[in-house]
Amino acid sequence: MGYTEEDLKEDLKGKEYEFGFVTEIESDKAPKGLNEDIIRLISEKKNEPEWLLEFRLNAFEHWQTMTEPEWAHVKYPKPDFQDLHYYAAPKQKKQVESLDEIDPELRKTMDKLGISIEEQKRLSGVAVDFVMDSVSVATSFKDKLAELGIIFCSFSEAVQEHPELVRKHMGTVVPSTDNFYAALNSAVFTDGSFCYIPKGVKCPMELSTYFRINEANTGQFERTLVVADEGSYVSYLEGCTAPMRDENQLHAAVVELIALDDAEIKYSTVQNWYPGDENGKGGIYNFVTKRGICERNAKISWTQVETGSAVTWKYPSCILKGDNSVGEFYSVAVTNNYQQADTGTKMIHIGKNTNSTIISKGISAGKSQNSYRGLVKINKNAANARNFSQCDSLLMTDTSGAHTFPYIEIENSTAKVEHEATTSKIGEDQIFYCLQRGIDEEKAISLIVNGYAKEVLNKLPMEFAVEAQKLLAISLEGSVG
Amino acid sequence: MISINDLKAEIDGKEILRGINLDVKAGEVHAIMGPNGSGKSTLASVLAGREDYEVTGGTVDFDGEDLLDMDPEERAREGLFLAFQYPVEIPGVSNMNFLKAALEEVHAHKNLDPLSAKDFLARVREKSALVELDSKLTNRSVNEGFSGGEKKRNEIFQMAMLEPKLAILDETDSGLDIDALRIVANGVNKLKSEKNATIVVTHYQRLLDYIVPDYVHVLYNGRIVKSGTKELALELEEKGYDWIKQEVDV
Repeated sequence: MGYTEEDLKEDLKGKEYEFGFVTEIESDKAPKGLNEDIIRLISEKKNEPEWLLEFRLNAFEHWQTMTEPEWAHVKYPKPDFQDLHYYAAPKQKKQVESLDEIDPELRKTMDKLGISIEEQKRLSGVAVDFVMDSVSVATSFKDKLAELGIIFCSFSEAVQEHPELVRKHMGTVVPSTDNFYAALNSAVFTDGSFCYIPKGVKCPMELSTYFRINEANTGQFERTLVVADEGSYVSYLEGCTAPMRDENQLHAAVVELIALDDAEIKYSTVQNWYPGDENGKGGIYNFVTKRGICERNAKISWTQVETGSAVTWKYPSCILKGDNSVGEFYSVAVTNNYQQADTGTKMIHIGKNTNSTIISKGISAGKSQNSYRGLVKINKNAANARNFSQCDSLLMTDTSGAHTFPYIEIENSTAKVEHEATTSKIGEDQIFYCLQRGIDEEKAISLIVNGYAKEVLNKLPMEFAVEAQKLLAISLEGSVG
Repeated sequence: MISINDLKAEIDGKEILRGINLDVKAGEVHAIMGPNGSGKSTLASVLAGREDYEVTGGTVDFDGEDLLDMDPEERAREGLFLAFQYPVEIPGVSNMNFLKAALEEVHAHKNLDPLSAKDFLARVREKSALVELDSKLTNRSVNEGFSGGEKKRNEIFQMAMLEPKLAILDETDSGLDIDALRIVANGVNKLKSEKNATIVVTHYQRLLDYIVPDYVHVLYNGRIVKSGTKELALELEEKGYDWIKQEVDV
């Protein structure tokens, strides 16, 4: 018997643990700073075609003319964009071919949440792509999906293997000049995930990406592009974690969803970036542009559970271009300590008989600020458009804040738009009622909060719903006052 | 079962309980009556451990343990149950989930094995029948959208599920029509045994037609000023509370 690939894997596994894979992970970093040379370096490192370099340089040129937006209800020291590394890749990249070999610390985190990657892998319904810092490290189940013609791989790989698809769709939903952070991302993005579902194919498993920022002083700029061809269906999950660090780290992602005629995309996020400590020190700045476009009879659902990040600025949106298309946004956003979140959605109705639903549940604890900001726009040709919005806020403390900023623009008189909003404070009565039945305070809060967020949690795929419930409980530990 | 000695408590600096003495033994039903503002509900809340009240004196022995030293959830796990005057709504949390969480805690506290899903469901069926609670209500969110009568029945249903040693019914008759009153009282009577005890807190005598007490105590101005048997309740019904007030205030 010769030395097989399996033996090699075993040997490598041992080695990586020996050298302390987590804490001392060596990485290949570009020097700090942002300029044309850095962008050329990234493009070269990734062996990109000329058109992509052009795309980056155009975005960078435009970005330099832009200023950071200040309209959101958040306050933070502006990042120094010249003081960041724009490229960091784990050095052992090539050796990591099995999910078993990935960052034990992350796996510990996952274990705490009850969803180890190993477990995920075993759940035949989930395929995982894993992006650490800037580079996608491993994608499972690729072969299985390939049989159906489904492409699910890292963005870099898609650029190499499917350049025509990437070129055709990239930047069509979120143009490189769209906003400050999207432009920055377009200039310096380093990896992300790509997914293509062919005509008429229903993807038989949940596709899942885990994003992780590991290195200090790096920004993470990943792109996700999901294309669902005519009549296809895909459910896509995205999870995010980062280690605890004292300094603020920047995460500026772009997600583009394209649902062609009769296609459906369900996009679920559990965002648990490091939120900073209880004094508001450290944590991730999460400035993300997510948008999807629906062609005729298509449907896009965004479901998000946001518990992490020091500052969140994020509005997953739907452009309902095709007639009869449907957009949905279900969100639970929890802020604690000094976290700030300004999040919501935009529903742009262009086609006739388009329909959108917005359910937003904010939970504010500690001294945090939690804002819902949403736009419902009915264009003049969007006859019989419908929207229903419900924005609820739950306050856990007297020192936290909840805000709602709904914007409604209607240019067609046949539109029907409904908006409901409530704000309530978690009741001491509710907690005492639970205590009197033998349920301790922590469990009581978890019960009450999960009940409050149930409408949204129910929209998550099973595996994620369990994780999300535990996350809500962890984020709010000891937070009533 | 429970032995209350010279219990004093205040809220926001105002003394409400001014030295309560009460002994309740296993198998007994005690009624606590009194005019509005006499401290009846305060007594129930203090025994359950509500934090708004500050205990300023006295002791309470609960089955050999110092009740006042326990957290509210510990008191519940040790078998003290309070049927609330105003049951609280918890939107999005099903009655079933709520009770399952509560039972898990009680079982863990007593080092018992957790109830299997099958046994739990069987118990739900059995106990909901006891208080004639519609099975649909057991799946709805806790008390949300329940009528006044349904809320009170739900309290007794929870009591049946948790099988407490000592149940304190705080104005359980308030807001009930005569049919609902009968159903609730029937439930309480069926749960009575030699091993548990009940304290019924009420303003009116009519509940005591259905739940017959062994002893009746009259609470006035933070003290128990008169004790007797069920005849005392009838006397109160007839004469009102004024004669007691006069007796005490003189």
